[in-house]
Amino acid sequence: MRSAPDDATETLAGLAIFADLSRPELERVAHSLEERYFAKDERVLREGLSGSAFYIILEGEAVVIAGTTRVNTLRRGDFFGEISVLLGEAPVADVVAVHPLRCLMLPGQLLQEFLQTNPRVCYRILVAEARKLANATRGRG
Amino acid sequence: MGSGPGGLQISYSLSRLGVRHAVISADDSAGGMFRRWPFFQRLLSWTKPYAPFERGTREYERYDWNSLLPIEREHAALMTTIMDGSSYYPSRPEMERNLATFAERTGVAVRFGCRWTATRRDGDRWVLETTDGEFRCQVPVFAVGVSQPWRPQIPGIEDVPHYADTRPAETYAGRRVFIIGKENSGFELATGLLQWAKQIVLASPSPAKLSINTRSLVGVRARYVQPYEDHVLAGGVIVLDASIERIERREGHFHVHTRKADAASDLVFEVDDVIAATGFTSPIQDLPNLGVATVGRNKLPAQTPFWESSTVPGVYFGGTIHQASPGLRKHGIPSNSGGVNGHRYNGRILARHIAAKHFEVSPERPVISRAELVSFLLTEATNAPELWHQKAYLARVIVRDDKRGIVDDGVQPLQHVLDTGGANSVAITLEENAAGEIYPVLYTCRDGATSEHPLPTNALHDFRTSEHEKAVIAAVEGVLL
Repeated sequence: MRSAPDDATETLAGLAIFADLSRPELERVAHSLEERYFAKDERVLREGLSGSAFYIILEGEAVVIAGTTRVNTLRRGDFFGEISVLLGEAPVADVVAVHPLRCLMLPGQLLQEFLQTNPRVCYRILVAEARKLANATRGRG
Repeated sequence: MGSGPGGLQISYSLSRLGVRHAVISADDSAGGMFRRWPFFQRLLSWTKPYAPFERGTREYERYDWNSLLPIEREHAALMTTIMDGSSYYPSRPEMERNLATFAERTGVAVRFGCRWTATRRDGDRWVLETTDGEFRCQVPVFAVGVSQPWRPQIPGIEDVPHYADTRPAETYAGRRVFIIGKENSGFELATGLLQWAKQIVLASPSPAKLSINTRSLVGVRARYVQPYEDHVLAGGVIVLDASIERIERREGHFHVHTRKADAASDLVFEVDDVIAATGFTSPIQDLPNLGVATVGRNKLPAQTPFWESSTVPGVYFGGTIHQASPGLRKHGIPSNSGGVNGHRYNGRILARHIAAKHFEVSPERPVISRAELVSFLLTEATNAPELWHQKAYLARVIVRDDKRGIVDDGVQPLQHVLDTGGANSVAITLEENAAGEIYPVLYTCRDGATSEHPLPTNALHDFRTSEHEKAVIAAVEGVLL
């Protein structure tokens, strides 16, 4: 899909983290997030660079690269950038588009207010973080 | 394509670099959107007749958001010679005259009344079909503005006039007006209609952002906040956070059905006029069919840091379309590429980039002595208009050249600098944190590794202090020195 979607609200409704929102809530969220397009090989998140943002993938694929190692692949519905924003630290890895990537972006300083205004999205994010933590713990075990 | 400020700046800069080109425009005269808009009052961008620097100097550009950028001093700060002195915001006709005068005095030649209609590839050339025959070129630059009305998908909105179709203010006398949209165009209309309309409702799903809170040009500008004050003082204006569910046209009036996001409560407004102040898109014609990807609600072309299509190499954009090349957005800082004060610098850089990449014209790269380096960097941080108008977006770049020593590599997009690495180099830009502090940041690239060095802020925004000198020396040691 080369063209931006006609109805951002419809697009949002299809993502797990927004699954609990009503249509007016989705519209409000759609208005507060910014759509970004990244060409193949373009960096989205940069290791060590301050002032980053929170991203949710609408389409395409990205990889997380720590140092020189690929540690994860991210696809539609996945989100990233929240850890560095919440901790107030620079990202510890690069995120790079491996296929053309379409994301929703929220500047870091707006994330706290966004999560407090949308507690149901916050809960979905918390569940996803718990799953990541459980997988990581199992991986180590 | 285009004879607004974007097209004029790029054409001027290409001419001075010796790149042969043609400018075509669907309009009858120069000025772009300023030939028609804004409807009411004046522009949102200021030109200060009196400022800390003399008119016509590079440093003065920081205080003059409206003049284009010539090399010749006699053509600089042109806006100041045209404004009548009654406001530091030019009127629309003054801005139009500023642009037309720039084109005339600097010799920017435009073929007017020539509308671009279609695009195709023919070998290594692009063919632009127009109402005045076909044009062939190696590099097309589309500076066709972001002023084509755009409407969201709302049932019944097709019956609603767009901002672009607003009637003269007095025709709204005694009427109930519903404005869809709470950005600058909506608040501009509300401000213009305050003394005429019987009732004004401004509605959109998310709360209005004010520029004094966002600390950027994103948000309703201070000049248009009057309707908001009227609303909070319960003077009659209603500013509503609600989605517009549907609009029904009745005999002589409209019913607008709204739903509030928080309480999911419905409100129906009966009004005499509805205006969709819902934004604009760009008339990029058939470019999406050629593979040009678009982004965002208003479907602007996705671009690289050098304003080239992200998906179709060799297709470039100019002027306000540059807002869809957002850069790093560090700390959420937006570019000012949607305004003349921002995209005029992009235009100059784009001309230099096109000249070097496609026409083998090497730009001038002056040598800087070791003794001057620190002072040069801090003077740039304190006074460079490019860095002040395009924070965290443009940067002054200094490189170490094995043969020539320390070389000024010009002003470049910061994202490009950080993502290409290469030679030992230093880039300086200005950034702003969440607390509103503005400070210089040095990015050093040493043997391919990039580091960020934020410098201290200064209450007077003067970074030429011994504290800053020490910080710069520590950062560039081993990179340039």
